[in-house]
Amino acid sequence: MSDLLRSYLTVFIFGAVAVGLVGAVLGLGSFLRPKRPRPEKLIAYESGVDPVGEGWTQAEIRYYIFALLFVVFDVEAVFLFPYATRAEAYGWYGVGAMALFIGILTLTILEAWRKKVLRWS
Amino acid sequence: MTSAVLAFEMAYWQQSVLRSVGVLAAVLLPAGTIVYLFLFKMMSFMQSRLGPNEAGPYGSLQLLAEVGKWIQKEDIFPAKADRKLFAMAPYIVVASVLLVYVAVPFGPDAWFARLDTGIFYVLAVSSISAIGVLIAGWASANKYSLIGGLRAAGQLIAYELPMVLAVVGVVVQAGSLDLFEIVRMQAEGEIFGLSWFGNPFILTQMVGFVIFMIATQAELTQPPFDMPVAESELVTGYMTEYSGIRFLLFFIAEFASAGAFGIIAATLFLGGYWLPGLDMHADYMNVVGPLVLLGKMLFVTFIIFWVRFTYPRFREDQLQKFAWTLLIPLALVNILATMVLKVAF
Repeated sequence: MSDLLRSYLTVFIFGAVAVGLVGAVLGLGSFLRPKRPRPEKLIAYESGVDPVGEGWTQAEIRYYIFALLFVVFDVEAVFLFPYATRAEAYGWYGVGAMALFIGILTLTILEAWRKKVLRWS
Repeated sequence: MTSAVLAFEMAYWQQSVLRSVGVLAAVLLPAGTIVYLFLFKMMSFMQSRLGPNEAGPYGSLQLLAEVGKWIQKEDIFPAKADRKLFAMAPYIVVASVLLVYVAVPFGPDAWFARLDTGIFYVLAVSSISAIGVLIAGWASANKYSLIGGLRAAGQLIAYELPMVLAVVGVVVQAGSLDLFEIVRMQAEGEIFGLSWFGNPFILTQMVGFVIFMIATQAELTQPPFDMPVAESELVTGYMTEYSGIRFLLFFIAEFASAGAFGIIAATLFLGGYWLPGLDMHADYMNVVGPLVLLGKMLFVTFIIFWVRFTYPRFREDQLQKFAWTLLIPLALVNILATMVLKVAF
């Protein structure tokens, strides 16, 4: 097995052990804790008032726009990392190209700003 | 440690399981107890109170006492909740935090997995917790939880970017994503012709460090960025419906991720497990290194909690605006400046 696969196998095993640990703590708890369900206990908590309507209400659409903006810059970051490790090798050509790349993507923030997406009324 | 284990000629996966259990026990019990005590005492003194002082000498067993207490509490699933997702959320959040520790270099041989893409892996794994938080908020079928979960997700993605972009500056300077390489560059670097204290990147990446710390504060949903769990508006946000040990798991994950981000900040900006005057490749660093890193982590978490108890809460829109119009452009400028300086010198 190559070193690469080996180290990611370690990561996988570590993750499995971490999940197992959480499971073990929860499992241990099930021997110790009481279980006396009553209908009142299982109502959603809304500061002591009986809940009105569904818990799954409609929410602010803005979060969706933030998510879209996020995708733009997250993809940008994915492209930045490989360049960043080889910055010296590409020299001034690389700096110019990346400056152009970052510059174009920064226009998205300016556009969002202009459309007042970032201001909450 | 490795050689003793290897002597038994075990299969690779058996060794890995043993090491995982060993490391988790080592991280969660002693380190967890020390960090927990340090943070709780510190928080208490900032608020002019004594803090934990009953369980064990000087309150040192408080963490065990907490676990012992919470584990006996009834585990309540709300009637309308999506049971599978509701049960799944704490697993995702805790696993996401613990997986960060896999890639951290604690010493020249004291490591768990040496990944070529170390820092990239850390950033990727640490952001999985946003999904866990969103699931917790959604599955609870509670309005407070849903609003809290959405706020948390919005905040986590908005501050993920400044954090990632601040790290790019360090990567440009070190020329590698490997955390070991980043530590080595800091230990062997020199600044203005001086080399005895190496070149901790906090000196050249000061802007990056400040952005990283602010983003960390927001990723941890600590004040002044604690709108997702704002107790005066949303009870405890996405954790409102969780009770007993499941609630405590979210809580432990929060502290563990304060520690994880502390370690990452120390590795990226403060020289990692290395200190001036020590030989970073020597064998003794496998013992001294983790202690040095723990000390630096305590320092960074001290700053995080200091800020937590000093500043009042932002408003939700101020939070988003701060990230998008100030931190992200600043981080981009920082990257460009670093690139130009790297190529010029």
